[in-house]
Amino acid sequence: MSDTSNPYQNDRGNKDWSIAKQGGGTLTATPGTKHAMNTSQAFLIGDTMTGGYGTGPDILHACTIAVNPGEIAVIVGPNGAGKSTAMKAVFGMLNVREGSVRLDGEDITDLSPQARVAKGMGFVPQTNNIFASMTVEENLEMGAFIRRDDIRTTMEQVYELFPILKDKRYQPAGELSGGQRQQVAVGRALMTQPKVLMLDEPTAGVSPIVMDELFDRIIEVSRTGIPILMVEQNARQALEIADRGYVLVQGRNAHTGTGKELLADEQVRRSFLGG
Amino acid sequence: MDILNAIVTLLNFVIIPATAYGAQLALGALGVTLIYGILRFSNFAHGDTMAFGTMVVILCTWGLQGMGMDGIGPLPTALLALPVGIAVTGLLVVGTDRAVYRFYRAKKAKPVIYVIASLGVMFIMNGIVRFIIGVDDQRFADGERFIISARTFRDMTGLEEGLAFRTSQGITIVVAVIAVALLFWFLNRTRTGKSMRAFSDNEDLALLSGINPERVVMITWLIVAALATTAGTLYGLDKSFKAFTYFQLLLPIFAAAIVGGLGNPVGAILGGFLIAFSEVGVTYAFRKVVEYLAPGDWQPEGLLQLLSTDYKFAVSFAILLIVLLFRPTGIMKGKSV
Repeated sequence: MSDTSNPYQNDRGNKDWSIAKQGGGTLTATPGTKHAMNTSQAFLIGDTMTGGYGTGPDILHACTIAVNPGEIAVIVGPNGAGKSTAMKAVFGMLNVREGSVRLDGEDITDLSPQARVAKGMGFVPQTNNIFASMTVEENLEMGAFIRRDDIRTTMEQVYELFPILKDKRYQPAGELSGGQRQQVAVGRALMTQPKVLMLDEPTAGVSPIVMDELFDRIIEVSRTGIPILMVEQNARQALEIADRGYVLVQGRNAHTGTGKELLADEQVRRSFLGG
Repeated sequence: MDILNAIVTLLNFVIIPATAYGAQLALGALGVTLIYGILRFSNFAHGDTMAFGTMVVILCTWGLQGMGMDGIGPLPTALLALPVGIAVTGLLVVGTDRAVYRFYRAKKAKPVIYVIASLGVMFIMNGIVRFIIGVDDQRFADGERFIISARTFRDMTGLEEGLAFRTSQGITIVVAVIAVALLFWFLNRTRTGKSMRAFSDNEDLALLSGINPERVVMITWLIVAALATTAGTLYGLDKSFKAFTYFQLLLPIFAAAIVGGLGNPVGAILGGFLIAFSEVGVTYAFRKVVEYLAPGDWQPEGLLQLLSTDYKFAVSFAILLIVLLFRPTGIMKGKSV
């Protein structure tokens, strides 16, 4: 015991302190993340993204975000942590200087947002996410603009998910309530039959009751098999429905895990969930 | 009291001319409003686009007349030349867009830069039109002059007042109704039309939905060329063609578009008629109408004319000012200027 505690005392070992640690003999990862990432298999992944807007300073620093089919991945974190920025980086709206974005194994880092839509990514921006002067049905039609086939079945599916929209199909979308507008926005994005759906703060500015309903709808969408990646302010509720949670702080991954793990994590609770 | 004669006088001198003029303004304002809705700038070259289109129609009409045509039956030959005018004007405006506006679009220039650029385009078009067809009055109307002439009307009804309904006025109203119906069908029912509205409503979301902005812009210019040429030709048939008059038309057309609500097609039509009726109503001498309506032989002393016709542009200006001060988004809630 005493001979291994100090490798400088004799000729054993290679005299590298970092390998032959105190009390050593066994080698462990230092310090290790304690959870597997499996990033190579993720359906959509923004892998170690570093970048910012235009030529401005980097906002994201080696930030990794991934989502798999049937999953809901939620990005939470304090204000200004780069949550929406991370989402936009995955969607190609800012300059990613390091890292890559891959969809179903294909590198899409250099594609424009429009090209990513064509590849099967649906994106719902946080604000101005509907055509306010157009009817609900026209909003859905415009969502399916890149499709040349019959869109009626998809529209029926959207109406099934959001029954209220069917009642209001001929009303201008701008006249609807906040929660209904968000449903129009999500419905519009679903019209391309996306392979993955990205929501930027879908519950921003709606009442708590409407928020619960929206979360229910999002779970329903997820049950249809579409992976969902979303940014949320209401961290606790979002993590409750999340299969994967990412806590970002200053553009870096601070904590990663399943929603339940993060909710149970003492440090996450103390810093982001208010105890 | 002679109500019938009063109504006929009013129809003859105010309502019919103002309706025809209103239809012409509405078509012009629709063009301005479409450009504003899609490209987000006030196109100062619109009046001269109208002049250019009309010029092509006139040259074409003269050609046809030279070949011995004298109207398509009772209708003027110019209607036959109209599609040619629209096509050539379409080429011109799309070419202008490629040469001038696309450059600023790529730079994401501010609207005011577009406006100044359109001012430059205006001067160039102005010059082209004057260079080709000259600055003088040009007449190109042929075919039957009247649907109902004043004399026929008097003979028919035995009334003291005549009612003239000119072919050009009839054509103006019919063509305007058809053009507007087509435009609204296009905007509200077709995929391309809806994509234009979507682009006008929310450009970023339109991009995310896969709508190609260059295509939307090109189609907009083509529609604007059609509207401008039609409006200009109808105005030329109704009055006469003079390059300077078309340049001056810019004011009432912008007033109409702004009063109606920039970017709102329904508003442009409403605005066109509002401006036309105000202009004609304020500059018309109502003496005769009042004479017919007044009891006995009472006659008003003056002409009962609020403004001399020379000041008709003041009417557009005044309405424009009032709207901008009290309701900057216009009647139909367009975009504020």
